[in-house]
Amino acid sequence: MTATQTPAIRVAGLEKSFKDLHVLRGVDFDVARGSIFALLGSNGAGKTTVVRILSTLLKADAGTATVNGADVVGQAAAVRESISLTGQFAAVDEVLTGRENLILIAKLRHMKDPGAIADALLARFSLTDAAGRKTGTYSGGMRRRLDISMSLIGDPPVIFLDEPTTGLDPEARLEVWEAVRELARGGTTVLLTTQYLDEAEQLADRIAILHQGRIIANGTLAQLKKLLPPAKVEYVEKQPTLEEVFLAIIGSDATAPATAPAPTSRERS
Amino acid sequence: MTTHLLGDTAVLTGRSLRHILRSPDTIITTAVTPIALMLMFVYVFGGAIDVGPESYIDYMLPGILLITIASGIAYTAYRLFLDMQGGIFERFQSMPIARSGVLWGHVLTSMVANAVSLVIVVGVALIMGFRTGAGVLEWLAVIGMLLLFTLALTWIAVIAGLSAKTVDGASAFSYPLIFLPFISSAFVPTETMPAPVRWFAENQPVTSIVNSTRALFAGQPVGTDIWVALAWCVGILIVAFVLAMNIYKRKIS
Repeated sequence: MTATQTPAIRVAGLEKSFKDLHVLRGVDFDVARGSIFALLGSNGAGKTTVVRILSTLLKADAGTATVNGADVVGQAAAVRESISLTGQFAAVDEVLTGRENLILIAKLRHMKDPGAIADALLARFSLTDAAGRKTGTYSGGMRRRLDISMSLIGDPPVIFLDEPTTGLDPEARLEVWEAVRELARGGTTVLLTTQYLDEAEQLADRIAILHQGRIIANGTLAQLKKLLPPAKVEYVEKQPTLEEVFLAIIGSDATAPATAPAPTSRERS
Repeated sequence: MTTHLLGDTAVLTGRSLRHILRSPDTIITTAVTPIALMLMFVYVFGGAIDVGPESYIDYMLPGILLITIASGIAYTAYRLFLDMQGGIFERFQSMPIARSGVLWGHVLTSMVANAVSLVIVVGVALIMGFRTGAGVLEWLAVIGMLLLFTLALTWIAVIAGLSAKTVDGASAFSYPLIFLPFISSAFVPTETMPAPVRWFAENQPVTSIVNSTRALFAGQPVGTDIWVALAWCVGILIVAFVLAMNIYKRKIS
């Protein structure tokens, strides 16, 4: 088996308990190289625990996990070489500026010319204007974008995004989605956790539902839809969702989803 | 992984030094309390304290310097605690960097910040009339001992920063350390104390450090005090370092 044939992430029989709380009760899944894999589940389902085990921050009680062909326990250093983690809370240094944050990570990844890497990422994530400001002054969306751009330094083949849009406003959410798609286009494997169904639907090639410590469903969106009885055809008037209305009124032109209807309510604004 | 320890530590030290430069108030706050104590002891209580022929400020400066260090390291615990609370700590831990570099960055920053505070306090003491007959060698000995004391206390601060549950807890550990010089030979001769207190005062680390620093400043022989002081500093350093590293390893695995 060569490295290119093995899945980017392989998880088998993963179990983890915190005292009496069995958070993971045998989790299995594979993530194909270059795909976006969404781990969907409600709060407390164990999504973050899975991500922490995969990123070598936590040891499992049982089961195995390999990332990019390396075991997360036995070859933790090799795993850390090939991953990047964007945790649930934006992992940026608030005292440093955006550019300094990027340079810090580039230096820690032992890259040549950290300044140039920082400038390129700032441009790519539309943060050039804010480059010299302390990140403590950034909006939630800017912070997340900076966070994700920090994860790209060194081109790790696998990226973990733990609830990347939790707590963001709708505009910032779309910005982050666009950033994730951008990653996947570059061939990076992305494992993202989310509690938002539409986020998984929008982004993921494959979705696994984690419930009470187990994966209870795993497949493409089309496959998951087949788990339910075939769709009935009903005729309903298409009402814009509040999100679509909100985005139309505030005139967000940046990254509106393709499904957004033409703004119809502008005269009311 | 150890190959990058020096480089990674340098980068992380640069980062936390930048934090201090952006909030220099932490260094000033560290220096203000000891300076206020110094003013009060010299101009209020000092006249009533009999320390012999020596001028009172010369007598009490060593103790003030130790108080400066004890309050300075509280910020190290505080900064480490904040790092662990935020996501940046997990980001570092999930990166291919020398893992102990994260701690060493804070430790070296503590050394630099405390050195700056100490220079400020000594500067104020000089203005207030502190005079020393110490030559280059004596000064080097004093600086060496203060740095060793700072290093030992900094690793205690690392323990506090790693194991604290709240921000207040992260710095509260320093209060007893700040208080320790008061029950020592730092401000009054131990001979006036009741027997049990005197026994404690004469056998706790601060007294030997204060006595040897005072002797070095006065250009007098240090006797065995300096070896006792060194033994205390090295002992505290080793115990605190081993404990801190153990807690850290448990924390990151």
